[in-house]
Amino acid sequence: MAEVLVYVDHVDGAVRKPTLELLTLARRIGEPVAVHLGAGVDTAAPVLAEHGAVKVLAADAPEFADYLVAPKVDALQAAYDAVSPAAVLLPSSAEGKEIGARLAVRIGSGIITDAVDVEAGDEGPVATQSVFAASYTTKSRITKGTPVITVKPNSAAPEAAPAAGAVEQLAVTVADASKGTKIVSRTPRESTGRPELTEAAIVVSGGRGVNGAENFPVIEALADSLGAAVGASRAAVDAGWYPHTNQVGQTGKSVSPQLYIAAGISGAIQHRAGMQTSKTIVAINKDAEAPIFDLVDYGVVGDLFDVVPALTDEVKSRKG
Amino acid sequence: MSLRIVVCVKYVPDATGDRHFAEDLTVDRDDVDGLLSELDEYAVEQALQIKEANDGEAEITVLTVGPEDATDALRKALSMGADKAVHVEDDDLHGTDALGTSLVLAKAIEKTGYDVVVCGMASTDGTMGVLPALLAERLGVPQATQLSQVAVADGKVTGRRDGDTASEQLEAALPAVVSVTDQSGEARYPSFKGIMAAKKKPLETLDLDDLDIEADEVGLEGAWTKVESADERPARTKGTIVTDEGEGAKQLAEFLAGQKFI
Ligand SMILES: Cc1cc2nc3c(=O)[nH]c(=O)nc-3n(C[C@H](O)[C@H](O)[C@@H](O)COP(=O)(O)OP(=O)(O)OC[C@H]3O[C@@H](n4cnc5c(N)ncnc54)[C@H](O)[C@@H]3O)c2cc1C
Ligand SMILES: Cc1cc2nc3c(=O)[nH]c(=O)nc-3n(C[C@H](O)[C@H](O)[C@H](O)COP(=O)(O)OP(=O)(O)OC[C@H]3O[C@@H](n4cnc5c(N)ncnc54)[C@H](O)[C@@H]3O)c2cc1C
Repeated sequence: MAEVLVYVDHVDGAVRKPTLELLTLARRIGEPVAVHLGAGVDTAAPVLAEHGAVKVLAADAPEFADYLVAPKVDALQAAYDAVSPAAVLLPSSAEGKEIGARLAVRIGSGIITDAVDVEAGDEGPVATQSVFAASYTTKSRITKGTPVITVKPNSAAPEAAPAAGAVEQLAVTVADASKGTKIVSRTPRESTGRPELTEAAIVVSGGRGVNGAENFPVIEALADSLGAAVGASRAAVDAGWYPHTNQVGQTGKSVSPQLYIAAGISGAIQHRAGMQTSKTIVAINKDAEAPIFDLVDYGVVGDLFDVVPALTDEVKSRKG
Repeated sequence: MSLRIVVCVKYVPDATGDRHFAEDLTVDRDDVDGLLSELDEYAVEQALQIKEANDGEAEITVLTVGPEDATDALRKALSMGADKAVHVEDDDLHGTDALGTSLVLAKAIEKTGYDVVVCGMASTDGTMGVLPALLAERLGVPQATQLSQVAVADGKVTGRRDGDTASEQLEAALPAVVSVTDQSGEARYPSFKGIMAAKKKPLETLDLDDLDIEADEVGLEGAWTKVESADERPARTKGTIVTDEGEGAKQLAEFLAGQKFI
C-alpha cells in the first residue's frame, strides 16, 4: 500500500490533536508515515504508532527553531525523497500551510488548503473544502505531482489503530538559502489551562456586547462550567478586551466545535467565516434582528448579563 | 539607492455580497461587485509606512494578477499613496490556481525589480494564505510572513509573528517577501487629493508573453488542482428562538441538556 507522509505538529514531543486526526485521514488513502521534527520524538513516537503510523521519520537540528519555516521544508523534502509518498498531509496552521506550499513548489505539485475531509478517489485523494464563509462545499483534487493537502482541526475523530511506528532517523541537510529568516527571540504564550481554541469541543465567545475587559470573566465562567475554550469577536479584540489569539473568524481562528455559543456577537460575515461549520450553534443577543440568529439552532433574545451568569449556574447545578 | 517595494494586491468579489461559482467552477465575477481585498489594504498601509520611515526614499509598485476590472483594486491602492501599478492580465489566466498565480507574480516581481515584496496575510476569497510563502520559494529569498508589526531599515526587515504557541521576533536581509496581518495597523482612507492624483499615476499592463510564460502553464488547463464539484451549503434549518423573560437561561440549559452538552 502506498505511503502517506503526515507532518507532526507537536510541542516538545507532545503531539497536538490535529495530527492524530491527520493520521486517521491518512489511513483512508494509504499507510501513514509520520515526520517528526525537533525534540521529543521518544515521547511522540508511541502516540503516533498508537494512531496508525507505520514508521516515524525523525530529525532534530537547531535550525528548526532558529529559522522560520524553510529548514522544515528541507526536512520534509528529505522525507519525501526517502519515501515517495502518495500524498503529504499537514495541519492547516499558518506554519503547516507555508511548509506545504513551499514543498509543493519544490516537488512540482498542487496544494489544497483547509480541507475539512479527505477521501480516497479513483484519481487520487479528494479533499472537501468549506469556502466563501462556509456557504459552499467543494470537492477538489490535485492533478499534477503528489497531492499536498492541509487539513483543518476537528475534521475527523482520531481513531486508535496500533501500528509498528518504529523511529528512523532522517538525514537532513539544511541549505544556506533556508537560513534566511532568523528567529531572534521567542515569547511562549501563557497557558490558561483551558482547551486549545481550535481543538475544543465547546467554544464560548464574547463580542462587543460584553462591553469591557472587566466583563469577560462572565464569558469565562460559562466556558469553565462547560469545559470550553473562550473565543472573541474582532470588535472585542480590537477594543483590547481579549487577546488576539482568541479571535474567531476570517482573520482569527477558524473553529468547528460540537457546540458554539456566541454572546453579544452580531454575526458579521467575517465572524461567520470562522464558526459557521460548528455542529450546534447557540446565540445570546439582545437584538432579535441580529444576523447571528439566522444560523442558530437555539437563540435567546436577551441581555447577556442576565442570561449568561444564570446559564452558568444552571450548568453547574445540573452537573452537580 | 531608493528602496523598491512591490505590494501584491488581489481583486476579489465583495464578501458581503452573494458569492457564487460559475459553470466551470471558477469564481463567478460577473454577478458580484469586486474590490481590493480588505486584507491587502493593510499591506499597502505598511508599504506606505515603510516608505515614510525611510524618509520617502522608496518607490511603491502595486501589482495584481487579475481580470480587466482588477484595475479598480490598483487605483484604490494608488489613491492610498502607492506610486505606480502593474496589472498582469491575459485571457489565458482564467482559472489559475495558487501555484500558477505564484509563478505569474514571481515573474512580474522579477521584471519590476524589488527589494521587498509586501503581501496581505490571505485573500478574502481563496483565503489560502500561501501566496507569500510560494513567492519566497520561487524567488529564492527569505520569507517574513504573518507579521503583526514590521519595519524595514538598513537592508533588513524585522517584525513580529504571533503564532499559536509563541510570539516570535524575526529578522531577514533584503530582498525578502513579507506578509502582514490585520493587526499591523489600520489602513488609511484615500484622501480626495489621493484619488485625483491616482488618475495620473502610471499603470502598466503586462500579458503572459511579456513574462515569458506559456499559456499551458496557467489557467484552468495548467492548474495543479481541479475543483470537481461546488455545492451551495443548504441553509441551516431555522432553530428555536426564545425571548428571555426570566426563563431564558433555564430554557437554554434544557436545550443543551437535550443535546447532551450538559
Ligand atoms: C474559494 C476558493 C478556493 C480555492 N482553493 C484553492 C486551492 O485549494 N488550491 C489552489 O491552488 N487554488 C485555490 N484557489 C485559487 C486561489 O485562491 C488563487 O488562484 C490564488 O490567487 C491564490 O490563493 P488565495 O487567493 O487564497 O491567496 P492567498 O495566499 O490567501 O493570498 C495572500 C496574499 O497574496 C497576494 N495575492 C494573492 N493572489 C493575488 C493576485 N491574484 N494578485 C496579486 N496578489 C495576490 C495578496 O497580497 C494576498 O493578500 C481557490 C480560489 C477560491 C476562490
Ligand atoms: C477584512 C476583515 C476581517 C475581519 N475578521 C474578523 C474576524 O476574524 N472575526 C470577527 O469577529 N470579525 C472580523 N471582522 C469584523 C467584522 O466585520 C465585525 O465588525 C465584527 O465581527 C463585529 O463584532 P461583534 O459582533 O462583537 O460586534 P457588533 O457587530 O457591534 O455586535 C455586537 C452585538 O452585541 C449585541 N449586544 C450588545 N449588548 C448586549 C447585551 N448586553 N446582551 C446581549 N447582546 C448585546 C448587539 O445587539 C450586537 O448584535 C473583520 C472585518 C474585516 C473587514
